[in-house]
Amino acid sequence: MTNTMSDFIIVSIALLAIGIYGVSVKRNAIRMLFAIEMIVNAANLNLVAFARFLPNSQGQTFALFSIAIAAAEVGVGLALIIVAYRMYKNVDIAEFRSLKG
Amino acid sequence: MADAVFLALAVMTIGSAIAALEVRSLIYGSIALMGTLGGIAGFFLLLDSPFVAMFQIAVYIGSIAVLILFTVMLVRRQLIFIKIEDPRRRYAGIGLMLVMMIALGAVILGSGIKTIQTDEPPVDFRVIGEDFLIYYWPALILMGLILASAVIGALTLARREDVTNDQHNE
Repeated sequence: MTNTMSDFIIVSIALLAIGIYGVSVKRNAIRMLFAIEMIVNAANLNLVAFARFLPNSQGQTFALFSIAIAAAEVGVGLALIIVAYRMYKNVDIAEFRSLKG
Repeated sequence: MADAVFLALAVMTIGSAIAALEVRSLIYGSIALMGTLGGIAGFFLLLDSPFVAMFQIAVYIGSIAVLILFTVMLVRRQLIFIKIEDPRRRYAGIGLMLVMMIALGAVILGSGIKTIQTDEPPVDFRVIGEDFLIYYWPALILMGLILASAVIGALTLARREDVTNDQHNE
């Protein structure tokens, strides 16, 4: 294997930084969900990279758990976006002002 | 040093991550997000973890990306192409991104992680199965319950209350 561990971690850092940029700048709720997915994927890449270079199997196990939980999170997040869209006819998070139904 | 496959995957992952956030149409954005997720699956293959890579492809590209595409199609057409941003906030966000990249990158490159390489054989995926069923079985059951409750919660949230009685009245 010719790649060192820091190569993978640098890709993961770049993905994390792009995700944080997306969460802090974008106002479209669906694009914010994209950015959150990128952050979760950066974390998974870190887990698997550390698991490969230690080497240990538990990092892969945790990555599998993390992927499964991320699927649940996206399902609930998209349902929330659909409810908010039905209520406000918009996906701009600056428009979601009141908590009342 | 990184090899050519790694560099190609890195360019694809980072490039499509930027495209997913910056492309005007949300539909092309979600297709670019699929590129990012597929690039991460490629990294998992490079790290000799084919089981995690298959799981990533099945769960992320197969279900999450398709779910996002369907949600985008449910949204009104004008909202898919609209892009509202505060320019000052955008520059602040780009600054935050660069600061994070440089700071965390300097920490990693300054640490001993840079030289770590391995010649050991990769972990067999049968070991992962043993991990799941011997050590982490309570977490596995809990994960199943969480997934079931998340699906039920999402269905309850997205249910339309205004059309339930129409069918009975007809």
